[in-house]
Amino acid sequence: MTVRVAARRVSSGRPGRRVTLAGAVALLAMLLGLSLVAAVGLGPVDIPFADVWRIVLGTRDAPAGPLAVIVRDIRLPRVLLGAIVGAGLAVTGAVLQGVLRNPLADPYLIGASSGASLGAVLALMSGLSWLLPLAAFTGAMLTFTVVLLLARDGGQLGVTRLILSGVAVAALAEAATNFIVLNSPDSQLRSALFWSLGGLSGTQWGDLPVPATVVAIFVVWFWLRSAGLNALVLGEEGATSLGVEVNRLRVRLVIGSAITVGAVVSVSGGIGFVALMVPHAVRMVVGGDNRWVVPLSAVAGALLLVWVDVGARLLNQPDEIPIGVITAMLGAPFFLVLLARANRRALS
Amino acid sequence: MSLSLEIEDVAWEPVLHDITLSVTPGEILGLIGPNGSGKSSLLRCVYRRQRPDRGRILVDGLNVWAAGAGEVARRVAVVTQDSPADLENSVEQIVALGRVPYLGGLGRLTAAEHDLIEDAMERCEVRTLAHRPYARLSGGERQRVHLARALVQQPGLLLLDEPTNHLDLRHQVGLLRLVRSLGVTVVAALHDLQLAGAACDRLAVLSGGRLVADGPPAKVVTAELLAEVYGVEAEVTHGPDGLPRINLPLAG
Repeated sequence: MTVRVAARRVSSGRPGRRVTLAGAVALLAMLLGLSLVAAVGLGPVDIPFADVWRIVLGTRDAPAGPLAVIVRDIRLPRVLLGAIVGAGLAVTGAVLQGVLRNPLADPYLIGASSGASLGAVLALMSGLSWLLPLAAFTGAMLTFTVVLLLARDGGQLGVTRLILSGVAVAALAEAATNFIVLNSPDSQLRSALFWSLGGLSGTQWGDLPVPATVVAIFVVWFWLRSAGLNALVLGEEGATSLGVEVNRLRVRLVIGSAITVGAVVSVSGGIGFVALMVPHAVRMVVGGDNRWVVPLSAVAGALLLVWVDVGARLLNQPDEIPIGVITAMLGAPFFLVLLARANRRALS
Repeated sequence: MSLSLEIEDVAWEPVLHDITLSVTPGEILGLIGPNGSGKSSLLRCVYRRQRPDRGRILVDGLNVWAAGAGEVARRVAVVTQDSPADLENSVEQIVALGRVPYLGGLGRLTAAEHDLIEDAMERCEVRTLAHRPYARLSGGERQRVHLARALVQQPGLLLLDEPTNHLDLRHQVGLLRLVRSLGVTVVAALHDLQLAGAACDRLAVLSGGRLVADGPPAKVVTAELLAEVYGVEAEVTHGPDGLPRINLPLAG
């Protein structure tokens, strides 16, 4: 019920008694906090929430031994990374959909995700798996740079050109990745395949600081530009006449998106559909105002990925399901619903 | 608050050639001329969409191409011919975008700004549509939404590119009457010469990217001009108000 109220209030935009953005973010953040604790408790070994709390807070009556190790060294970093990755992917989707004025825009569209996979697989195959995050990030940035160069249209960033070159470069990178994976020795095939489908297993504390910092900085950075992002709905002419330096804003937001995606997928692998789904779901509830969509997408993305990762751990025990497989299974029907809605609107 | 506009030797090859034109504060200037004569391009140079190759454009003494985009947008508002039609945003959200040049990053609107938005929607007769998705509006309704958005910008100079394009007769008259009542300087590219004559204090005629005539409607709209610029044989008479009436002999 609260969400409905929020939607109406936002669209009316009147000051007064209404659900504020801060309230909505706080509500979701609280939900996220509870989910984090719950998610740490869930897994092949069930740990009661009370114990999770005690171990996390380090109280004197906290259980020691294997439980403490599982919580502190295995589950906690993994769950936190899930939240960071989800936030980063979803916020990037929200920004790219606004910048490219295309409802299908996501990190795959600017080549960054595919480039990360290629970089990671190359590192795995050349036995430099300790270099993996760096290689994945470098791969993401290199493919994105190629896409950006191809998208230049007389010194301006051409939106259609960006989409077309992004699709082409991503396809090329994916083909190369697949070729390398298929020609890899069996011992490495599994990890390469798992990586390109995305996963959070084996997360260590050391994996967290870089993506956490990048995501935190860019969520705020994007948010501060969300009024300009709103103006972009009017297209180039309209946004320019509102005093927005359209080309500069677009280029900066796209580069910011690529950095965020690169930092995130370099630790998680390619996880599809999160960036596509979450912003749309948020928009369905609160409307198209990016001042709301950007921060709420970040929190909702974190929430989604934390729970999807719980599913990845639990649904196919003792094995894990790659996260990308679950998000795709959720994402494809969601996408069809979206299409059906769009069709209905077009017909009405 | 109305601002002056000075266009000095502006050229953008091959579309505009050395155009010099000045508009005094509060004046309503109609920009007329055939398709492709450079009307839209000239307006684009003013609202910082198309940088001219040469020349200067001053709004109230401010050189628009030396100033920041936001500074210009707080003085100049634009209603263009075609804007994206597929927006999911509500009418009110689109109108509220007029405050973008005044906002910081997070763009919180004050109560006064909300009143301004309500008032602009009222004046443009779109208040009843406030919560409708923009995508579902008719062409004429969209045009009025954009005018409301432009008013919310509180401009001293309003640029209109074919503002009456999608409007029926009642709304054409309503829009031009509203525009006249705003007390701001207006430069409007118009196709309908008779309407332009009635709505504007002065008409400037572009042909092939050059300014070929400039003056009060009765002096500018003549049979000779129509023949020369539009290549149309027509009779021009003058009504009791002194404004031009154009008769186009189409039959036989």
